[in-house]
Order: sequence, then C-alpha cells, then structure tokens
Amino acid sequence: MNLTLLILLPFLTAILILLAKGLQQIRVIGLIGAIAQLGLAGWLLKSFLDQRSAGNNAAYLFESNQTWFKSLNINYHIGIDGIALAMILLCAVIVVAGMLVSWSMDKLSKEYFFLLVLLSMGAYGFFISLDLFTLFFFLEVAVIPKFLLIGIWGSGDKTKSAMKLALMLMAGSALVMVGLFGIYYNTHTFDMVQITQQGIPVGVQKFFFPFAFLGFGVFAALFPFHTWVPDGHASAPTAASMFLAGISMKLGGYGCLRIAALMPDAAHTYSWIIILLATIAIIYGAFATMMQTDLKYINAYSSISHCGFVILGIGMLNKTSINGAVIQMVSHGLMTALFFAAIGMIYSRTHTRMVAQLGGLLKAMPFISTVFVIAGLCSLGLPGFSGFVAEMTVFMGSWQNPNGAYRLATILSGASIVVTAVYILRATGRAIMGPISNEHALLTDATWNEKLAAVLLIVGILIIGLAPFLINHLIIPSTDAIMLQMAKVNQLK
Amino acid sequence: MTYNILILLRQELALTVLIFLLLFIKLGKDRSNENILNFINAALLINLAAGFCCQETGELFNGMFNTNTLIIFEKNLLNLAILIISMQSYAWLKNNKNVIEFYLLILTSLLGMFFMISSGNLLMFYLGLEMSTIPLAAAANFDLTKRKSSEAAMKLILSSAFSSGILLLGISFLYGTSGTLTFSILTAHINGNPLQLFAFILLIAGFAFKISAVPFHLWTADVYEGAPVAVTAFLSVISKAAVLFTLVNLLYKVFTPIASTWYLILVLLAAATILIGNLFALRQDNFKRFLAFSSIAQVGFILIGISGSSQAGAASLIYFILIYIFSNLAAFGVVSVVSSLTGKGNISDFKGFYKTNPMLSWVLTIALFSLAGVPPTAGFFGKLFLMMAGAAKGNYGIIIFAALNMVISFYYYLKVVKSIFMDENASPIQKLEVPGVSKLAMYICVVGVIVTGLASVVYDYIYSISIGL
Repeated sequence: MNLTLLILLPFLTAILILLAKGLQQIRVIGLIGAIAQLGLAGWLLKSFLDQRSAGNNAAYLFESNQTWFKSLNINYHIGIDGIALAMILLCAVIVVAGMLVSWSMDKLSKEYFFLLVLLSMGAYGFFISLDLFTLFFFLEVAVIPKFLLIGIWGSGDKTKSAMKLALMLMAGSALVMVGLFGIYYNTHTFDMVQITQQGIPVGVQKFFFPFAFLGFGVFAALFPFHTWVPDGHASAPTAASMFLAGISMKLGGYGCLRIAALMPDAAHTYSWIIILLATIAIIYGAFATMMQTDLKYINAYSSISHCGFVILGIGMLNKTSINGAVIQMVSHGLMTALFFAAIGMIYSRTHTRMVAQLGGLLKAMPFISTVFVIAGLCSLGLPGFSGFVAEMTVFMGSWQNPNGAYRLATILSGASIVVTAVYILRATGRAIMGPISNEHALLTDATWNEKLAAVLLIVGILIIGLAPFLINHLIIPSTDAIMLQMAKVNQLK
Repeated sequence: MTYNILILLRQELALTVLIFLLLFIKLGKDRSNENILNFINAALLINLAAGFCCQETGELFNGMFNTNTLIIFEKNLLNLAILIISMQSYAWLKNNKNVIEFYLLILTSLLGMFFMISSGNLLMFYLGLEMSTIPLAAAANFDLTKRKSSEAAMKLILSSAFSSGILLLGISFLYGTSGTLTFSILTAHINGNPLQLFAFILLIAGFAFKISAVPFHLWTADVYEGAPVAVTAFLSVISKAAVLFTLVNLLYKVFTPIASTWYLILVLLAAATILIGNLFALRQDNFKRFLAFSSIAQVGFILIGISGSSQAGAASLIYFILIYIFSNLAAFGVVSVVSSLTGKGNISDFKGFYKTNPMLSWVLTIALFSLAGVPPTAGFFGKLFLMMAGAAKGNYGIIIFAALNMVISFYYYLKVVKSIFMDENASPIQKLEVPGVSKLAMYICVVGVIVTGLASVVYDYIYSISIGL
C-alpha cells in the first residue's frame, strides 16, 4: 500500500474543511477524515502483519523512494517499521479522540479544525519519513499549528505560552538542522537507510550527535529544555493539549531514537549524559508536579517526568530498554491524551481547574470522574494499564546495564513512581471524592462525543496493559533491527 | 549584427519601448488612471512572458554586454517582481496625478539594473548601477506632500553617491593594478597584491551599501520608512536582487584567485548583518521599518549561501531571491493596501486584523512565515538551501550562529502574527475593499510561496543553469 495516503487523506480533509460552511459540516468532515485515517492505519497494521508473517523481513516495509530535489540528492523516501507503525496508530487514535472532544468548538471553528488536521499531517509525514530532510520538513510543519492553536483558542497567559513553545521548538529544530547538515556533508545523503549502510565517521558522530539529539530532545521535553511543556500544555485548548502531549512530544522521542540508531558510537559515548538528564527530568518532573494546584499543570509536569522514561530507555541502549521507551511513548500518548480530555471536560463544566475549588465530582459526573481516575491510575503505573507495562519494560531494560551509576539512575527513576502516586492520588482524592459544592452539584455528565473519545483512548490503554504481547509483537522485530544496526556499525569501526 | 543586437538586447529594448510609449501617452490627451494602469500591467505581463522565449547566449559591444540563460532568467525574475509591485500599487496609484512619471522612474531604474546584470566590464557595471540608482531617489520622493518622503530621497541619494564614490575608487585602483576593466581579462591579473586587495575591499564595501549589509546599512530603515510603499518594495526586492546577482557574477567569475579572502569577508559581513538586522527588527513598530530590518537580516542569510561558492551556492541565491520576491512582496502588498486605504502603517495597528480582514491576514501570515522559513512555505526551502550551501565549506560555526539567529527572527515574525490573530483591539482596521488587481497580485504571491518550495523542478532548473566557482 502507498504510505503517501497517510498524508494525502489529512490534506484532503483540510481542503474540505476550508470549503465547508458552518460548525456542523466542519466537525463532521473533520471526524470522518479522522476515522478514515484510523481505518487506514488499521488496514496498514493488518497488511504490515500479513507481510511480516509471510516472511518479509525487510527493515522497512511499504518503501517508496522518489527523487525530490535531484541536484541536492534529497529524496522523498518513505517506509515504516514496527515502531513507526505503532506511532502512526497512536496518532490516528488521538486525532479521532481530539476531533470528538472539540465537537462544540464554535470560536473560529474552521481555522481550529484546519490547524488540528494540519498538525496531524505533519506528524504522519514525520513518522513515515526515511529521509532526514523529509523528516525535518514534517517536524517543522507541525510547529506553527501549535502556535496558533494555543495563541488563539488557549486560556490563561496564552500568547506568552504560545510564543515560548514556538520559539523553543524552533530552537530545537535549529539544532536538529545543524546536526543534519553535519550528517549530510559527511555522507552526501539524507537517506537514513543509506547512512546506516555507510556508517558515519566516529569523529563526525561525536561532534554532531549532541546537536541532533538535543534538538529532538527539546521536542521530547528533555531537561533542561522542558520549560515550554507546562505553559504550553496548560494554555492550550483541550484537543491541542492532547495533540501536543500525545503526538507532538512523541516526535521528539522518535527522533531521538532514530538519531541514536544512526550514530551509535556517539550514542554510547554520550549515553551517561542522556541518562543523567533523563533521570533529572524524571525526578524533577515528579517533584514539580507535587507542587501544582492546577489540574492541567499537574498533567503537564507529570508529562515531563513520564517522557523522561522514554529518554532513559533510549539512553540505556539495549533492546529491552528501547522497547520500553517505545511502549512508553505509545502509553504516555494515550494516557496523557485521556487525562487532558478528562480535564477539559471538567473545566468546560466547572470553569475551574484548581484542585482546591473542585470536590466530589464523582457525584455529579460519574463518567468523567471514572475516566479521570483511570487516567490517573494509568499514570501511576497500576498493573493492568499501559503505564505499568511501559515503565516495567524500561526498568528491566535499564537494570540489565551492569554499571553501578546506571543502576543508581534506574533506582532513582523507579522511586519517582512513589511520588507519582502521591500527586495522582491527592488530586484524585480532592477533586473526585469528598463532598461536592452546591454550585457543582447540578452539572451534567459527559455527552456522547466525550464518552466516545474517552472509551477509544481507554480501549487503547487496556489493550497495551492487558495484552502487551500485541504491541511487543509489532515493535520487537524493529528494535532487534536497530540493535543489529548499532552493533554492525560498531564492528566497522 | 543588427539581428543579433535585437535578440540579445530584447529584454532591454522591450523596456525602452515601454518607457517611450509611456512618454507618448503622457504627451497625449488625458486618460483615466485606471486605463493607464491596466495598460501598463498588461504591458508588463507581456514583457514578462516574452522574456522566457529565445534564450540566446552571446555578447555585444566587445564583451561590454553579455547574456546567457542564467542572466535571462535573472532578468525575468526582476520582470516578475516589477509586475507584482505594479499590480499591488493599483490602489495607491489610482488617484495619483503622476502615475506615468512613477513608472518612468522605476522602469528606467530597472533598465539600468538589466545593464548592470549583463555587464562584462566594470564601466558598464558602473553605468548600469548609476542608471538604476538616480531614478530611484526621485521615486523615493514621490509623495511630494510628505516631508519624510523627501527626507528619504535625500538620504538615498547621498548614501548612494557616497557608496558610488567608494565603488569608483575601488574600480580605479583595480584598473591601476591590472590595466583592464574587462571581466574576462581581469581575472588573469588578480594576484592579491595589497593594493588590489584594498581595491577589492572598496568594491565590496560599495556593494554592501547597495544591498544594505551591516555596517553599511544605516540608510536603509529611514529610506524604507519614508519612501512610498511601492518604492520601498522595489528597493528591498528588485534593487537588492540585481546587485546580488551582479555580486555573485563578479565573485564567482572574476575574483576567483582571491576566493579565500572574499570568503572570509562574506562570512564576517553575513554574521554582522544577520545579528544587527535581527536585533533592530525586534524593536520596530513601524511596519516598513520592520520589513527593512528583516530584509537586512535576510541579506545576511543570502551572503552565507554565496560564501559557499559552489554551484549550489549560486543556485540557492537565485532560488531564494525568487522566493523572497513572492514572500516579501506579499507582505508589502498587504502593507500597501492598508496604508493607502487607511493611512495606518504600524504593527500595533494590525491588532485584531484577522477579525475584519481574514483574507489579507492569511496573505500576510503566509508571507511572514515564508520570510521566517517555516514549512510548508517556500521560505523554508530557500533558507535551508542557503545554509546548506554555506555549510558545504565545513565552517559550522557560522551555520550554528545563523541557525540560532533564525530563532530570533522567528520571534519577531511571530510577534506580528500574534498581533494579527491574538491581540484584542477595540478599534481594529475596518474591512477593506481591496482592488481586484491587487488581490490577484497577492494570490499570485501566495501561490508562488507555496508552489516554489514544494515543486522541486524550480530549484533543479535554477541549479542546472547556475555557475559555480
């Protein structure tokens, strides 16, 4: 099947949205487009698994390579492995949920849905790219919609948050750009497959790895470049928060993983720095969350902590840990989107996100409260939900590293889960349990669209949590391939 | 021979014929401005279309004038730009008494640039340069009732005269050390002796004045602010483009023996230009001043591309200029419409602009994103290719510096977008009735901004006709 469909479909949806009239038409088109995309992703999964079980062991399936800028040797080279496919599925689910959550967005609805679709298009393009130039192109395509979404439809100090987010992400991509130039001028290609075959000279790797990795790290909220996360997420409208945390931060994690695979020698050299930064992010994020009183800030800071696990898994550079990192990306995407959706539902009814002003919501809105609790439990890593599977895999992977300092990092990161439990349970207890205030007692529960969005995300979480072998089956061959690549280049040296 | 002259000089001749036609129209009976403007726009369109046929290579007047596919393409770019500027000025010129004079001035200036781009001799180059500068100063003074306009003209003519003087001094030193002014012979005589280097630095300084590279940029902001929008657009796009084309031609073909020297000069100029342009652009509220400083920063990026001194370097310059024509002129188009219909020209006036004028807002936003270098607009490709060309030399320091500066520039472009979309304003600019011609010009620009980048044929074509060191 042709992967370009994954970009064309959102593109078509975007055009139709521009032509549509009235909120009703726009949101229906948006939703239909998103569901079609989910169907497409499902079909992609099926044909991917079919091909794999038929014995097709190529690193990337559905490859297609077209010349783009001939004179500069830039190609539109696309193809997916299991990891990219997992990310595409994640995107598709979150986009549908995001459309459902935005059902009653009546302020400039055309622009709003258009930008959401544009953002998702950037993400799909990013995940299918095998050419670094194309990858970079789509990475930046996704930046501007975020800026506008937060700045126009956001709440609180929205313009400042939007500006901060856009500038930090642009700075990240500027770093990525320098790294990519370095790779290009030493291998004369942007093609990841070719680069893997050729290998990059060790000296070049050591010089350019920090640029590329840190650049993507900004997107993945790597400490100390995480400061855009809390403000950006907190100010964004609900669907944009879901997209930001669920999709956009994954662009960073995925990019980091690819860069580490392309420059394995440098990744080994710098792994202690990566792990150090990741551990700081995990612990700092967890403790910073404890101090928050606003539900969105709680989730945003906890995202820093959770995304730290992704970077930690990548930094440990072994098969299990990288596997865990990928699962954590998917799990965190679903979980945090669910969390933001629940917070958005609560906020649209109570008009406050302050934990202290809420209470006893379970009585007025049982469905939303249940969703909130599920998201919280997933976040603190309760077995049965995806968070447990992901974090467990990361820890198992990291523990395989015999180095004492690395073990210490693992223990410290593991300990952060206790802190997570504290802030999640506290917020849940205050907001959901207890007596309800009079003004909140008459609020209504979730509408059909909100229920559908939540159910969709919860199903995703449960699938990973209860049947982790499904996702493992999808991504393990790909992590194997990455480990093999890394080992091969090591031998070349 | 006559036939040859007609063919090789056809772009210049076409402009000359148009200029004379306008003179006759001026002498004839009074016609309405709309008719005149429509006629001129149609003529410029034909002029542009005609430019693409008969791509003959050759030289005239003993090598004084030469032309080839690349030069024809460069002139076509300028033809395109003047057409867009002319279409966008419709609202402004519709009620102006001196329409024809305006066109006489800017077309003469364009003619001078054509000769400058085609020059094969420093004298011809200087002749073209002066021919392009002096009418521009008059055009800058076109708002006769505004003091700022005449101030702008005065500043332009004085600084131009000064830079021409420096340029002439450089040219005479070059002549003194080499005994020739013809490009093709000059190369063999360039040996990098101190006087020659001094002459070269004077020459570069003269160029830097014209493209307003730091530290020779001081005239730019005042002139841009005072001059009518159309003239500002002309100055910032066409004038710069023509000088840059000539500069690349000189550097890549004539001054090849001292390539390492000018590489250093270019990099230093580029770094200073980007930084100063950016820092000053941060604090501007007047839209034209803002675009002036942003265009200074853009020139810095262009210089980085040129410093790459490869075929990709020259190609990325021309490619970027094409994109710059679309994106900068789209921005100027909106500013021109707004200022001619409401008299407002500050960024703060644009607060809440989206509520009343969504179409114009999108045009401006897309233009600014392209200037900032955000995909999927063409500006992304343009800037990236310039930087790639610069990185080819392996000097990553300047690339990192430029990449960080891209982030700064991103900030001030976003600030404008923020005013348009996000800021509240009790009394935003009212809904504007944009003339159809101006609207068409804006649409052309927007389509250009989007298509030029994604359609790789454009770049590949430019690359195939470019020259490298």
